[in-house]
Amino acid sequence: METKTIPHAEAATKFLANPARVQWHDETLWFVRYKRDKIVNEIPEWEQLRNLASQIKEHTLSQLDQYLEQFEAAAQANGVIVHWAADAADHNRIVHSILQQHNARKIVKSKSMLTEECHLNPYLEAQGIEVVDTDLGERIVQLNKEMPSHIVLPAIHIKKEEVGEIFHQHLGTEKGASDPLYLALAAREHLRQKFLAADIAITGVNFAVAETGAIVVCTNEGNADLGAHLAKVHIACMGIEKLIPRTEHLSVFLRMLARNATGQNITAYSSHFRKPAPGQEMHIVIVDNGRTTQLGREAFRNSLKCIRCGACLNTCPVYRRSGGHSYHNATAGPIGAILAPNLDMRKNADLPFASTLCGSCTDVCPVKIDIHNQLYQWRQVLTQEGYVPAAKTASMKAMASVLSSPARYSFAGKWARKFLRWFPSLALNKRLNPWAKQRDLPTPPKESFREWYQKNGGNQ
Amino acid sequence: MSRDKILAAARQNKPAPVPLPEIPAFAWPAEDLLASFSAALEKSGGKANLVKAGTPIAPAVKALYPEAQRIVNYVDGDTAVNEQLVQDPAAIDVVVLKGQLGVAENAAIWLTDWDCANRVLPFLTQHLVLVIDKDTLVGNMHHAYAVMGQQNPAYGVFIAGPSKTADIEQSLVIGAHGPRSMQVFLIER
Ligand code: SF4
Repeated sequence: METKTIPHAEAATKFLANPARVQWHDETLWFVRYKRDKIVNEIPEWEQLRNLASQIKEHTLSQLDQYLEQFEAAAQANGVIVHWAADAADHNRIVHSILQQHNARKIVKSKSMLTEECHLNPYLEAQGIEVVDTDLGERIVQLNKEMPSHIVLPAIHIKKEEVGEIFHQHLGTEKGASDPLYLALAAREHLRQKFLAADIAITGVNFAVAETGAIVVCTNEGNADLGAHLAKVHIACMGIEKLIPRTEHLSVFLRMLARNATGQNITAYSSHFRKPAPGQEMHIVIVDNGRTTQLGREAFRNSLKCIRCGACLNTCPVYRRSGGHSYHNATAGPIGAILAPNLDMRKNADLPFASTLCGSCTDVCPVKIDIHNQLYQWRQVLTQEGYVPAAKTASMKAMASVLSSPARYSFAGKWARKFLRWFPSLALNKRLNPWAKQRDLPTPPKESFREWYQKNGGNQ
Repeated sequence: MSRDKILAAARQNKPAPVPLPEIPAFAWPAEDLLASFSAALEKSGGKANLVKAGTPIAPAVKALYPEAQRIVNYVDGDTAVNEQLVQDPAAIDVVVLKGQLGVAENAAIWLTDWDCANRVLPFLTQHLVLVIDKDTLVGNMHHAYAVMGQQNPAYGVFIAGPSKTADIEQSLVIGAHGPRSMQVFLIER
């Protein structure tokens, strides 16, 4: 199924057409970023944890083949059936064949960005199998026939009044209802029936421990556990980059994941699945789908350290003001813009340009991925390979060259400060400056920090 | 075969070896354990109750949940009643379980499938009561894994508060799919 991809800039323009909604979306995500900062600042060793997390992941990637083999052997010794999928089609076929073996018709699924990446739901629906997404946000977008717009907050783009309308149509809640408590409880009743009736549960994986063969799944709702414990069969789908060497390493990642994602100390549930319960069956599907290729790209392999916390999305000024759907990729935002071109350069050539390269993503990343550098490097690669539309290259190149040279940066800044004071409205001219769409520039300071420092700070 | 293809590609494309770091012992002030645990639990929507050793739990649970009809209590409940009630786990109002340890920094409590009797119980119940010995409190997750990290249960879970969601406009709703409330009894020896 080939659908035409709407380029990011064009989709963003549509999103920007409703200024009130843009502002709401922007502020909601910025508040998540604020909660994250607050809780992270309570941990004095936060920077040390970032270093550890980054090093553990780098080490694992540098011996990925061995850790994969170790994990497989341990999982098999635990009585788990392990499958390997080279790509999305392979993954979907494997999951489907397990469902067929069990004659399964009722499937519940908890959040898994990997199954979104592989488009598992549409694939199974085409075979006549209904998959019920059980994460509340994912259920909302599923009923609304959409994709998640955020890797942690799937329905962040939908207002409560709209959720009320969606639930009214599909779950029979009262028309006009918009109270989150009422709506969430209605979903609870609806999904309980699905859990209790399910033949098979599909879950994602947050971490896979090589030494024990265990997988760890983190949720706040408890939906992964309800699914996996009530169904006869549990299928866990994971990318090869989810591995960590030992159980003790979980301590580092579980301290960081929820704090960085939503500003919580930890998710309500951090579940360690090692062996199926008596009478149950457990499968793990290990998926490559371009990851080993990314491993071989020196400039981009670091992106495989990602633990999908979503913080780089929450902080990104472009994501906040263009919405997740404008990225036409299962994973949106800065990290999505690094991962997507690896899968398809032609289709995703626009995404690394959906960034101001401000570096805020890199600052908040718990595993120290140099996200903005990688976005910049993708621009070079995509331009060299001839995938970049001509209009984009001229303006972006000028900007990139300004940002890469301190002298020019300082000159351009000086010029802009004067220019802005003289012609403030021109800075918002949408054709001249693509980043000015929907954004008020701050009042320019009279002197730059550099000028101020030379006058005041430089002589101490 | 996909397996060999993936492993060969990983072998071919992996970077030069990077050493595995040691996790240092991140200290946590001992006098702060109970206060931090209680504050963290409250933040995540649960509540801590400190009780003296020997205090019966069952009446306290009854007092907290006066409406509850079906209480499965694996701490000081009746075994025959428990066995009968777990036949229909979806109808259970309250489950009372003993946890192995609590973590001060985030109020997470560790349970394995042995502690849960049935893995689904702490998730399917309407309300969850966990009982831990106050002496089992540790400071942070590193300390927790130092205690239970070698257990390797078939299934184990850190539970930190009732089930919750903020998926509708970031409004926190307690009681998503799992328990709608969580109470913790800390036993003081
Ligand atoms: S790239 Fe970093 S900040 Fe972004 S989702 Fe991944 S781990 Fe989180």
